[in-house]
Amino acid sequence: MSGLLVLIPIALGLGLLGLAMFFWAMRDGQFEDLDGAAQRILIDEEEEE
Amino acid sequence: MTAPFRQQDLKDSALADTRLTVPGMRCAGCIAKIERGLAEIEGIDAARVNFSAKRVAVRHSPRLDQGDLVEALRHLGFEAQALADNPLGSDDKESKALLRALAVAGFGMMNIMLLSVSVWSGAGGVTRDLFHWLSAIIALPVVAYSGRPFFASAWMALRYGRTNMDVPISIGVLLATGLSVYETFAGDGHAYFDSAVMLLFFLLAGRALDATMRTKTRAGIGALLSKMGKSARVLGRDGGTSEIKAEDLQPGMVMLVASGDALAADGVIEKGRGSLDNSMLTGESDPEHVETGSVVHAGAIALSGPMEVRVTAASSDTVIAEIARLMDEAGQSRSRYTRIADRASRLYAPAVHSLALLAFLGWMLAGAGWYQSLVIAIAVLIITCPCAMGLAVPAAQVVTSGALIKRGLLVKDGSALERLAEVDIAIFDKTGTLTLGEPQADISILGEKQREVALALAQASRHPLSRSLANALQGEGARPAQVEDITEAEGQGLAGTWQGMPVALGRPEEEITGMASLLRIGPAQTIITFADGLRADAKQALAKLAEQGIASRILSGDRQRAVEAVAKALDVPATAEAKPQDKLSLLEDLQSQGRKVLMVGDGINDGPALAAAHASIAPGSASDVSQQAADAVFTGKALMPVALAVAHARRCMTIVRQNFGLAVVYNICAVPLALAGVVTPLIAAIAMSGSSLIVVGNSLRLARVKQ
Repeated sequence: MSGLLVLIPIALGLGLLGLAMFFWAMRDGQFEDLDGAAQRILIDEEEEE
Repeated sequence: MTAPFRQQDLKDSALADTRLTVPGMRCAGCIAKIERGLAEIEGIDAARVNFSAKRVAVRHSPRLDQGDLVEALRHLGFEAQALADNPLGSDDKESKALLRALAVAGFGMMNIMLLSVSVWSGAGGVTRDLFHWLSAIIALPVVAYSGRPFFASAWMALRYGRTNMDVPISIGVLLATGLSVYETFAGDGHAYFDSAVMLLFFLLAGRALDATMRTKTRAGIGALLSKMGKSARVLGRDGGTSEIKAEDLQPGMVMLVASGDALAADGVIEKGRGSLDNSMLTGESDPEHVETGSVVHAGAIALSGPMEVRVTAASSDTVIAEIARLMDEAGQSRSRYTRIADRASRLYAPAVHSLALLAFLGWMLAGAGWYQSLVIAIAVLIITCPCAMGLAVPAAQVVTSGALIKRGLLVKDGSALERLAEVDIAIFDKTGTLTLGEPQADISILGEKQREVALALAQASRHPLSRSLANALQGEGARPAQVEDITEAEGQGLAGTWQGMPVALGRPEEEITGMASLLRIGPAQTIITFADGLRADAKQALAKLAEQGIASRILSGDRQRAVEAVAKALDVPATAEAKPQDKLSLLEDLQSQGRKVLMVGDGINDGPALAAAHASIAPGSASDVSQQAADAVFTGKALMPVALAVAHARRCMTIVRQNFGLAVVYNICAVPLALAGVVTPLIAAIAMSGSSLIVVGNSLRLARVKQ
């Protein structure tokens, strides 16, 4: 029982963390251009410094 | 990926942002080319491509204007237009709100399930009570937040005395939550928090997918919409010119019209002569020759120029505005269409609610207490709550419209798919719909050297005929010859020097019917003719429609002779010289006979018919009004997407009906358990997720369909 008192808050906390990260990612516009994200991985990295 | 840092731009401090639409980007290479190419240009700080929406956001110094950016993109090989607001509106907010609600529901579902599994596997006493309390603490805010889309829609429906799919959903969720809270307080019995939140999660997944798909297709259509004819260059008193928006034009102003421009207002030609392409306005395929004194209409595109046009009627008085009014009236009937999900819920909701009531009365009569009877009645509502029903339609429609996007057809929403599946007769416009709507050069008579010279000259011009010629030549693999000193005289054509010989591409000296260009190499002269050819697969597409029991006919504004030729080639009945009103009334005649008409057209003159038809499709090259009025837009040169759209829509409806069948079968199995009073939260959770997954799996079959 005492184990639960530690584990349940941890489980909930991790879940909330994930939720908060999702909200942040959405506000940050990371889901705006999903097709583009799929294409960009194919671009060669030859960026001039 | 980001542009290199530039010191001097920072000094201008106030950087401007411009968004442009670039419909031509297709691959990763295009993204890299645009972003890097633009970033190298003096004065541009950074460029970021949004591939889904086919847009580029450019951060640049205010010294550059939109024209410079469009020109820069043209140098990189992309047609671009400064972005006007997408008149289709943005569903972006809605899909974002749904995604947020989905994330919250997912969080709640997983955590409550974690607790529920322990209860199912035998946790008892204090532990069970603790878990129920924890579930309640998670579930209440989650239901309140994630349930809003359903509650709001159900409330709206109820307020107007109607019912829709969201009414039984809301009742189910609220009752399951309410009963569970009561049980948690009472400290015995079952809690159904997991069922309530799971139901929300699955339904939101369907809605969010639906909204995302709609946003995507609408962004795609938005990228096709042009800005043509929305502004005009107006000659000032001092001889200077200024760009004025179409709605601000006043009668009496003088517009400068260059070749390629669309007219923004009706008027009379004051100076200059040339030819106009009226195909968008009237459906007529041959260009009209106009000169000083000719009356011209907004929406016509100048093929040659320059001309000065005195405005006689602007914005609300133009022929286009009249068509827009017709369209508004014509579109009314379609908004009354009831979607299949709502039709199903009209049957379903009363059945379920009376079943629950019967269960309550039955158990009361059988001598159970009112509390136990109520619990059983609520269990009936929870188990019959249309989880699979709510997913049955969007799951199938999302998969179908995804498959259609791959084949070049953007369907605006689910209701469009439902109506497309019902059509039984197709009416085609001719110019720009069955035909490509742009002049196709006949280059078969040209020899190799002529091709090379012609390409070198044609490439240098923006004239529609030159561009069409250049496209045709490039398509056949011609390479441009070394032509020097190319000059373009407006209205005359192009001239240059090739191997010491004068060469030219321009208007033929004598008047020829139809469109033609004269290619001169030294003393030799060749006439290149242009014709508006049929789409290559027009016949196959009509045959495929006929296979599905859909008769086709042509309804065109073009002249009898031109229409007859096409009708003969395709072997379908045709009506020619139809005005927008004629098109509309023919359509209404057919609909009043009970026919479900599919209208396919591109011109402004097709607008009212597109809006009035049971379902409508416009090509990607269509006028803005047509694309906005149509249910779907197809891109590319093939007509086959039209036939495929109907085939896919019908398959989609078959799957939707199967899904409803599966959901009903599931309920038939589960309801006796609920009526018998043996439904535990475990059974409810399995019934709910099981039926949802089966429905989604069944819908995914649509993605594998070969054409």
